[in-house]
Amino acid sequence: MIRAAIALLAVLAALPLFGLPEYFLHLGIATMLSAVACTGWAMMGRFGLVSFGHGAFIGIAAYTMALLWNYAGLTPWIGLPAGVALGMAAAALLAYPCFRLRVVGHYFALVTLAAGEIVRILIVALRNITGGSLGMTPRLSPDNALAAMQLGKHGFWWLAVLVWAFALLTWWWIDRSMSARALTAISEDEDAAASIGIRVTREKMMITLISAGFAALGGALGAQYRLYLNPESLAGIGISLQIVFGALAGGMYSMLGPTVGAAFTIALEETLRVSFGTAFIGAAPLVYGVLLVLFILFLPRGIVGWFERRR
Amino acid sequence: MEGATLSLEGIRAGYGDFQALFDVGLKVSPGEAVGVVGPNGAGKTTLLRVISGMLRPKAGTARFGSTDIAATPAHMLPGIGIAHVPENRRLFPHLTVEENLKVGAYIPAARRRYAEREAYVFDMFPRLKERRHQLAGTMSGGEQQMCAIGRALMSSPRILLLDEPSAGLAPLVVAQVFALVQRIRAEGLTVLIVEQNVAQVLRVVDRAYVLDAGHVVAEGSSAALASDPKIRSAFLGGH
Repeated sequence: MIRAAIALLAVLAALPLFGLPEYFLHLGIATMLSAVACTGWAMMGRFGLVSFGHGAFIGIAAYTMALLWNYAGLTPWIGLPAGVALGMAAAALLAYPCFRLRVVGHYFALVTLAAGEIVRILIVALRNITGGSLGMTPRLSPDNALAAMQLGKHGFWWLAVLVWAFALLTWWWIDRSMSARALTAISEDEDAAASIGIRVTREKMMITLISAGFAALGGALGAQYRLYLNPESLAGIGISLQIVFGALAGGMYSMLGPTVGAAFTIALEETLRVSFGTAFIGAAPLVYGVLLVLFILFLPRGIVGWFERRR
Repeated sequence: MEGATLSLEGIRAGYGDFQALFDVGLKVSPGEAVGVVGPNGAGKTTLLRVISGMLRPKAGTARFGSTDIAATPAHMLPGIGIAHVPENRRLFPHLTVEENLKVGAYIPAARRRYAEREAYVFDMFPRLKERRHQLAGTMSGGEQQMCAIGRALMSSPRILLLDEPSAGLAPLVVAQVFALVQRIRAEGLTVLIVEQNVAQVLRVVDRAYVLDAGHVVAEGSSAALASDPKIRSAFLGGH
């Protein structure tokens, strides 16, 4: 198992050396970074903590990183961790009152939904520094590409492999901890969990922070890779639901589910873009909506979950 | 851990404006088995919720050994030795029996002794060992009650609080559950048991309190209560 994982990582790391087409590398990077966000979401989603607001954490992290670079000249190598930390702080600020006041289930989902939108609206409103709806680009620095984290396809491929492996490793580690069982217990019966000494709020906070952190990391790295930030694609309902879609489609109860879901989402996105282009605005959300219903009805444990059951 | 005395004095508690307990006092010494009996709505479950920290009393003191229960967060109480088997068992139905026992040993002190505690529980409930990989929610009511008691025992408690262990079980199973309670107390564990099934519970406890409409209306040894004409006519269907 561990050997297979290391072999797979080695193959993934070696792939760019074989002169693969740029487009393939692009899809791979986009998939892996999106997989990090989806895996992060599923870390809490699988314990019944459904968030429709992970876009908030991505938006905060990505814009913090880019603004620090453009206005203070701070390298994204520091700006990114700072942004992720700020995203996690926002998650803590949002989640703590919810958990203390026992805002659970649908109500929790609604609160998070609002959070994502608030961040999007804030980015748009602060257009003087963020560029508003038109988005912004990190200042290009061709002479100092490494310090500016403007690495090109190869560099980002390796960075994405690293971060993706880190997300999966974290998942694997959580799965083996007492927290995984405690969180399952909490998701089934919060009072009974508390009665046997489980620190309900603490466990929920911990998983929420980890989850938000990975979403922020994957999302912000994606922005840095594309060198373009836009409030619609980094905060708000759109991106938040896209993450949920990926996790649900792939299967949020399996370690590789969200990754498969991310690959599925990227493939779907590309297909729709190539086949419809701008001819049918709104085609993508429609297809997503229909597919989401179909997945919930027929593959509630996602693509990977379906394979696991058949085995 | 050596025993500790549970003592409640002048406890008033309730939900919102509704007061469920009026100046209730109660004492359980180490090694004792004590019952709280009374009709539906007498405040029995409320009393247990106060002891396990799930409900804060409005007045009065509740102590376990040197710990002030009312001032301690609920999740800390298993750590000082209070284990609560809640009404209707409240298992985690989608976890296996073994996983239920594992979360029962969530507190750090219990995690270290997990293997030993699991062996103890499996020894006491061989049925649970047979069904260790089964989802807890798919077992019979009696097996689930065993699992709930087993889960509580995983934390090496000093006092076991049992809320209506006979609720919803067939008479034969009720007898089995009470036989188990008797065995647990024979091993020296302090037990506080709340029950509507007065006749059964008086056979396994040393003393009992009779609770009615939030007041302690009688207390005494099991034998004395069982032969008290008032108790007999009120609860035991005697004449």
